[in-house]
Amino acid sequence: MITIDRVTRTFDGAVRALDDVSIHVRRGEVFGVVGQSGAGKSTLLRTVNALERPDSGTVTVDGVEVTALQGRRLLEARHRIGMVFQHFNLVSNRTAVENIEFALEAVGRPRSAKRDEALEMLDLVGLAHRADAYPGELSGGQRQRVGIARALASKPDVLLSDEATSALDPDTTRQILALIRRLSRDLGLTVLLITHEMDVVKQVCDSAALLEQGRVVEQGPLLDLVRTKGSRLAHDLFPLGEAPELPGYGVLDLTFAGGEAERPTIAMLARDLGIDVSILGATIETIAGEQAGRTRLAIPGEPGVVERAARFLGEQGVGVEVVSRP
Amino acid sequence: MIDITSPDFWSDLGGVLLKGTLETLWMTSVALVFTILIGLPLGIVLVGTERGRFLEAPFGSRAFGTAVNRVLGFVVNLGRSVPFIVLMIALIPFTRFLVGSFVGTGPAIVPLTIVAIPFFARVVEIAVKEVDGGLFEAAESLGASRWLLVRRVILPQAAPSIVLGTATTITSIINFSAMVGVVGGGGLGNVALTYGLQRYSWVHIVAVIVILFAIVQLVQAGANGLARRVDHSSGRSRAHAREIDEAERVI
Ligand SMILES: Nc1ncnc2c1ncn2[C@@H]1O[C@H](COP(=O)(O)OP(=O)(O)O)[C@@H](O)[C@H]1O
Ligand SMILES: [Mg+2]
Repeated sequence: MITIDRVTRTFDGAVRALDDVSIHVRRGEVFGVVGQSGAGKSTLLRTVNALERPDSGTVTVDGVEVTALQGRRLLEARHRIGMVFQHFNLVSNRTAVENIEFALEAVGRPRSAKRDEALEMLDLVGLAHRADAYPGELSGGQRQRVGIARALASKPDVLLSDEATSALDPDTTRQILALIRRLSRDLGLTVLLITHEMDVVKQVCDSAALLEQGRVVEQGPLLDLVRTKGSRLAHDLFPLGEAPELPGYGVLDLTFAGGEAERPTIAMLARDLGIDVSILGATIETIAGEQAGRTRLAIPGEPGVVERAARFLGEQGVGVEVVSRP
Repeated sequence: MIDITSPDFWSDLGGVLLKGTLETLWMTSVALVFTILIGLPLGIVLVGTERGRFLEAPFGSRAFGTAVNRVLGFVVNLGRSVPFIVLMIALIPFTRFLVGSFVGTGPAIVPLTIVAIPFFARVVEIAVKEVDGGLFEAAESLGASRWLLVRRVILPQAAPSIVLGTATTITSIINFSAMVGVVGGGGLGNVALTYGLQRYSWVHIVAVIVILFAIVQLVQAGANGLARRVDHSSGRSRAHAREIDEAERVI
């Protein structure tokens, strides 16, 4: 649905905000771009609706090359792409419903249909009762709901989200993410969101990319990433912390995804190989609709035992990483 | 000399002041209408044609945008730096061309308008620059036309500032209108000139001062009230929003 192909953007000839970035977002999925502040996430997102023009490379949305559009055609392409912002960017001197009507006027909806359609959008995000409130009278979460309703008023196929929950508290963040997830499913939206929080990726994304200093370090469906040995995203998604120094023990980190997570793999290891395994840490979550997680084991004995355990677990389809040997 | 003990003096005074006040209000109102009609778009275009703003390339030409910005900026600065009395004299041919004469209350409106336009354009410029950049971005992301951006985002957001700036503009038009007595314009300035300066009537001077002060106070109070009514981004509502946040968390 969205194809970003070899995009480069340099600011003032010095800061290389995007360096040969290619990303593919499939129709109907929620795709998250993670990275630290200054990694180039906002710049990347803004190339998708041409708020930012790349120096080279192309961006294609639903078969239309937005990087080639100008004038009228560009406005029309933007009607098919909604965007929400970290600080909501609502017109503070106009009411919630007027803010949404603005989006409908932008696509040329007739005066008679405007109000009803705007109210429908407010209803969709659960704010129909606050239609005549000014943004200053709404909570952060409510403001972002208005922002989402405005972005979706023109019935776009794509929603872009620039740190939409970064200004919100954890509870409100969860509610907004759940709303985005629900809307993407109900309306068949393709969502490209950027965030610096792993929790956001964990909660809503099907796929993700890690951006670092303007370059894509890794990308793909979350479950594939979790299964990929040495994936930085998988590590960040399931942090186990620093490995402890344990004399006489070897330490293994296991990664489970999908069906493997439900099998008694560790119990089998203890039973079949007769090893007294200790679990040092574990984290399991539902991501992209499937169970996934990581577990850290301590294996007592000789290095040979540790190798044997690692091989056994590998054969069970579990991702294994030897953190330390005895 | 004038005899303030004569009954005629006091009955004359009322009529003179009433006439002067009405003339001042008339000149100021007409000048204000034209000032807003011309100064408002001028101020918006002045900001918009700056580099990186919403009108940087009108008709797709960046060079044109830059040229418009330079020319308008120059004209506005020129208008602001010429003293009113000099401007008024310099404008005599233009005034005569426009309204057929340059003496009297009606023709005096022309220089009053010309001096107020750059002032008001600057008011608008500052107000528009105060509008949060995120709103321009949001409007752009929605594929809104520039015209819609101006009507639905820039004007409502800049309105409180523009209303307050309008009060300042009115005050300076009234100020300048006191000077048009020199070219035969009427108004309270003319009252002060003919009765105060030429006939040494301190009563007239004091009365003119009191009336002008009252007008300015009324204008300012009205503007403050109106600005408050169009401004919905106050701290009061932010405190209110926090309460709602708390309430939501409880639910
Ligand atoms: N308009 C701009 N002008 C100059 N530099 C910019 C501009 N926008 C972004 N940058 C620079 O590009 C880099 C990436 O910025 P950004 O995309 O905002 O990162 P992120 O959203 O990941 O925090 C930063 O170094 C930032 O300073
Ligand atoms: Mg950013």
